[in-house]
Amino acid sequence: MNMTDPRTVGLSKEELLSLYRVMLRIRRFEERVEQLYARGKLPGFVHLYIGEEAIATGVCSVLRKNDFITSTHRGHGHIIAKGGDLAKMMAELFGKITGYCRGKGSSLHITDMSLGVLGANGIVAGGIPIAVGAAYSAAKIRHTDQVTVAFFGDGATNQGAFAEACNMASTWKLPVIFVCENNFYGVGTRLGRVAPTEDVTVRASGFLIPTLSVDGNDVLAVRAATIEALNRARANEGPTFIECKTWRHRGHFQGENPSYMYGKEHELWLARDPIRRFAEALLETGFATQEDLNRIDSTIQEEIDRAVEFAEMSPMPEPETALEDVYA
Amino acid sequence: MAKMKFMEAIRETIRQEMAADPFLFLIGEDVGKYGGERGVTGDLWYQFGDDRVRDAPISETAIVGCALGASMTGCRAIVEIPFNNFLGICMDQIFNQAAKIRYMSGGQAQVRLVIRAAMGGYVGAAAHHSDCLASWFVHIPGIKVVVPSMPDDAAGLLRASLRDGNPVIFFEHHGLYSVVGDVPDDPDFVVPLGKARLIREGSDCTVVATALQVHKSLEAASQLAAEGIDIEIVDPRTLDPLDQETILASVAKTRHVVIVHEEWVMNGYGSEIAAIIADKGIRYLDGPIKRVGAKHAPIPFSPPLENYVLPQVDDIVRAVKAAIRNEEPESRPPFEGA
Repeated sequence: MNMTDPRTVGLSKEELLSLYRVMLRIRRFEERVEQLYARGKLPGFVHLYIGEEAIATGVCSVLRKNDFITSTHRGHGHIIAKGGDLAKMMAELFGKITGYCRGKGSSLHITDMSLGVLGANGIVAGGIPIAVGAAYSAAKIRHTDQVTVAFFGDGATNQGAFAEACNMASTWKLPVIFVCENNFYGVGTRLGRVAPTEDVTVRASGFLIPTLSVDGNDVLAVRAATIEALNRARANEGPTFIECKTWRHRGHFQGENPSYMYGKEHELWLARDPIRRFAEALLETGFATQEDLNRIDSTIQEEIDRAVEFAEMSPMPEPETALEDVYA
Repeated sequence: MAKMKFMEAIRETIRQEMAADPFLFLIGEDVGKYGGERGVTGDLWYQFGDDRVRDAPISETAIVGCALGASMTGCRAIVEIPFNNFLGICMDQIFNQAAKIRYMSGGQAQVRLVIRAAMGGYVGAAAHHSDCLASWFVHIPGIKVVVPSMPDDAAGLLRASLRDGNPVIFFEHHGLYSVVGDVPDDPDFVVPLGKARLIREGSDCTVVATALQVHKSLEAASQLAAEGIDIEIVDPRTLDPLDQETILASVAKTRHVVIVHEEWVMNGYGSEIAAIIADKGIRYLDGPIKRVGAKHAPIPFSPPLENYVLPQVDDIVRAVKAAIRNEEPESRPPFEGA
């Protein structure tokens, strides 16, 4: 399967390179996290998004700053794509007081209210009802045209919270976009072993929610689907469910042995790396030279160096601050 | 001042607060056109319409999540849960999400959310519709817990909860809904969270009681007065925050204490109050700390069974005497845990 031809989407060179830059920023950030984690620099757990960058990038590229998202345990990509500050993210992963959550959240709970990031979430499907509430707030109470995107994985479609949220959003025609990142594994269990079909769109169409299914490793396809969903949401026509088929290049969490995913399918998906595919498409169509792409990469590496330096230089929180922020 | 029922005090407070803030809304099962399963929301739907008095599907998780998401994005929300047993269905949204998002985000997220939940037994509603579950929530940092016993407190505490800026679980004992009392007309009448109420002054024994048990303790006070025993009744009104000072001051005065709640005795919040008294006030005590509450069984249906499990006025009377005389109560020990 080929990815969308960049010449067909009406984007300028700068706009296309901007998509590339965001995807690569996510990738390089996480590769650095992976190294730091392996060296014991980061406490706790991290769940890497490597291989799925096209989804967050494509979706968030067409959102406004004041639109909302809810994220997941695998949330770095969503937050970076929404404009998250790499230094504050890295500092949070180090457990530093300068992190997004003052060291209280970790990778699993990064929140940036100023960017409409209503939180990564440690509970599968936990953010989906919250997304419905953000949409209710905009559409029914505050009367704005803000849209909310709920990111979640295929595993979340087996949660009651997802079904309840779909019913509510569809009944009240709320401006929510349900973005299901279907990587076919919930932790280590194949979706088809715990669901009657791996076609997750049927879970939403039962609630009369229009559905789209796209190649989640094609940033332009994801972007196009999101535009369609956004138009519907901003016209008060209700939610859309977008399935983005994709694949994890890493295990569920760092330190896990992901051999359960290995085999021909794994190799096929690795060959369809969303960043390499997009780079090749940009080069083939003349939107970018290898030099352009190299320059982007080195700028990002410097940005990440600065983020790591900021995180390493930042102080740990004073233990007593653990008792702050419990109540307003 | 106006004479009104406990239920009306809640409704009128919601009405005043909603009229003053267009970003405050109410969501729950049957709260709209139907007027609330218990009739609490009454005519609010006719005044404020669908969007602000929202009839929700029977989906407690999505209801609480919707209210939470709205409250994080500039609204204030009230959820009505018609029986507090249903809180178990939406527990993730309450204790993992609402209670923690402010903290986990390093103080960024604001949660202006009040979950009103009806509770309580004594009407043969059996084990899925009779519990009192406040003890679950006082265990969780990040949530405030309110248990009013009087109509004016219902109004003042609800307004304080709505204006508080934290997730609050506001428990309404259904047995109090028709209790009548004077309620101030002032649309800014607030009873601050964390201040206990001295319900009855007395000198011989402190009874710390909540919700419907405040009224049962008042009955016990009359019986005990006839026998020359003068009890002091303290209603904490809110369990988190808890007014330790008022409780300890009363115990220092009477030197005896009984704690009464409808929740199960075992690991109920009465155990925490007892521990605080033992920790900070043991020098005041001339007798054991006694607890009265539900026995350790699901709330049964048949009246003799339910009456046996739930605390009765006689249980309070016996416990007070046992506390004062430093002895086990004569019969029907109400405070045996398992």
